[in-house]
Amino acid sequence: MAIPQRKTDIGPPKYDQFLPPVIKKNYGKWKYHEVINHGTMVHVGESGDKLWTVRVASPRILATATIREHCDIAEKYCDGFFRYTTRNNVEFLVSDESKLEPLKKDLTARGFKMGGIGAAITNVVHTQGWVHCHSACTDASGLVKAMMDELMPYFESKDLPNKVRLAVACCVNMCGAVHCSDIAVVAVHTKVPTVAHENFKNMCELPTVIGSCPTRAISPDPANKSVKINAEKCMYCGNCFTVCPPISIKDPERDGVAIVVGGKVNSLRSNPKFSKLVIPYISNEPPRWPKAVAAIKHIVEVYAANARKHERIGEWIERIGWERFFSLTGIDFTFQSIDDFTFMRDTMRTSSTFKW
Amino acid sequence: MKKYTTPLIDELEKGPWPSFVTEMKKAAKTNEMANDAVGHLEKCYSTKVGYWKHGGIVGVLGYGGGVIGRYSELGEEFPGVAHFHTVRINQPSAFFYTSKALREICDIWDKYGSGLTNVHGSTGDLVLLGTKTDALETIFAEYSSRGWDLGGSGSALRTPSCCVGPARCEWANYDTLDLCYSLTQEFQDELHRPMFAYKFKFKMSGCACDCVASIARADMSIIGTWKGDILVDQKEVANYASKGMDINAEIVNMCPTHCMNYDGKELKINNAECSRCMHCITRMTKALKPSGERGATICIGAKAPIVVGSLLSWVVVPFIKVEPPYTEVKDLIRKIWEWWDDNAKPRERIGEVIEMKGMRSFLEAIEVAPMPQQIREPRKDPFMFYTEEDMVAFKAKEAEEKKTGKYKF
Repeated sequence: MAIPQRKTDIGPPKYDQFLPPVIKKNYGKWKYHEVINHGTMVHVGESGDKLWTVRVASPRILATATIREHCDIAEKYCDGFFRYTTRNNVEFLVSDESKLEPLKKDLTARGFKMGGIGAAITNVVHTQGWVHCHSACTDASGLVKAMMDELMPYFESKDLPNKVRLAVACCVNMCGAVHCSDIAVVAVHTKVPTVAHENFKNMCELPTVIGSCPTRAISPDPANKSVKINAEKCMYCGNCFTVCPPISIKDPERDGVAIVVGGKVNSLRSNPKFSKLVIPYISNEPPRWPKAVAAIKHIVEVYAANARKHERIGEWIERIGWERFFSLTGIDFTFQSIDDFTFMRDTMRTSSTFKW
Repeated sequence: MKKYTTPLIDELEKGPWPSFVTEMKKAAKTNEMANDAVGHLEKCYSTKVGYWKHGGIVGVLGYGGGVIGRYSELGEEFPGVAHFHTVRINQPSAFFYTSKALREICDIWDKYGSGLTNVHGSTGDLVLLGTKTDALETIFAEYSSRGWDLGGSGSALRTPSCCVGPARCEWANYDTLDLCYSLTQEFQDELHRPMFAYKFKFKMSGCACDCVASIARADMSIIGTWKGDILVDQKEVANYASKGMDINAEIVNMCPTHCMNYDGKELKINNAECSRCMHCITRMTKALKPSGERGATICIGAKAPIVVGSLLSWVVVPFIKVEPPYTEVKDLIRKIWEWWDDNAKPRERIGEVIEMKGMRSFLEAIEVAPMPQQIREPRKDPFMFYTEEDMVAFKAKEAEEKKTGKYKF
């Protein structure tokens, strides 16, 4: 079969051809919306038109067969229009109320899970992991699956003081907003990398490798026409490995995950925040990472029991203080939680007022 | 087709959350590449290491990005993933699709790739996972002839993305979908042909809720805001109260600027002191809405931790009009890129370059005046630069004061 003529620099198709008529009509003229339950919300236009959104979980990795099933559903109930969200959910949009219940029934019958809207836990932003990334020190999709199986009630029905945004990064590159999540898992290396000196000169650029190191731990090794790594300075970030394949940092028994909490990206009530390190290391335990999952669930439960309505995890912790967070959760405080990198001087306590 | 036993990843087909393993196996039923990807993943789970090599340089003619080369170290054991490249398809604004369009995307992908996708990748692209080098040109011809283009990768403009905006949200202060589309079209060359020191990301959010996490993830975060008063519908306020909302506890006392009060009857806002955080509006969306001039705040610099720590974007332009054809925004972008280009070392994001060179150099280059809205607090140290022009200006001001007899600080 003939291959069609290629075109370049055309950019994406214009969005308006994918908008359902009710959205075109009410574009920029929505008046308000109401969250009906974690799976459904309704937007009301100034015109009085209503648009129901049903949000459905997705594992982000989708087979084309599943995308086609989304298409089938959209054709049956939504005139073929639907969308995905920034957190990898699917949203079916219905402007005719009589189609809403049949849609939800059909989704349930097909085994789709509805939820994630409002003060809930929605889908997890995550990276490729072992499925498809060269620098992964864990599998992101597996961790997400194991976490969400456990947190399912908070996706489907249980309320929290506010939304809890979760993320998983399979290395410290942190693709996605992992560094500003309520609770996030970041996979870490814990050992100084080794260098295959014989390949260095053919595969790596000396200044790039030296420049890739945030702690200046890498220096030239002229005798080997390679580099050496100062073990006292190396923080195992793996950036040198990224720019230079003969450097090796993976270690199945030492790679693991750390847990950070208290980040957010919106400006509601308080400014956006980075997530902060609370658990420095848990071993990689595929296929279900039971300890990491238990730690996350525990933090969610302590937050749910103690925070005020509308407080995000980071806001709750700022109100009660980090010392209280550690005592309430029973998490051991370790040297790793004291910053000795970029932000050190901003993170020390410079007063004698704290809680016992 | 080879049959793999996968006891470890089979565990991830159990439980209520939708399973990515089930998805991979679904694709594997009819696709050799997906089948080997399943076996390959089981191997990773058994040894606790990944086997993907560093990306190689692959792509389509005339483009420097859009395809990420991916090869397995275990190509002989799993020939279907020996090459397993990623193709990034530039998504439509706000991820709206028709079933017809997506079916077409799926049909092409089943023909030339693994049948596995990410809907969507972190940056926003519709990601097609796993194909071979010799299929790339055909894939590109098939998609581009049907109106789909590739997204960005490498040291280029990355695929811009936006929130749902005015399409389905009452809080959008500008048309995020249209700006996203317009900037993507305007900067096609920068997107497809890496010419920067490192990556550059735009993200558009219609309000401070920032549903695309622009403040954390975009070198240039374009966040909608307004300049007028918050209009209060007191009848709706009473409705919220009658439905059980504790307006003092949940709204007034949670206002970061303490610019509101409620006496049980009327909610009053001292708008001059409001910092437009969106808390009250999001909690009482039927009762409160912004009014007056709309536009955006431009923040610059966010990035993830590599190399020397994460950055959140900081305010550069407190308010800019965002209206088609977006000339003001586009001109600003060009000035920002020019300065970055002149000053960046390889693999330096713009936020890092500003840290190195200072905000003054950056602001002067893009012709933006210093404003207290740009900072959280002024500097704490006395180590600052004075240019000859600064001194001339300070002295001239004092000479003027002597003439008028009135100090002007």
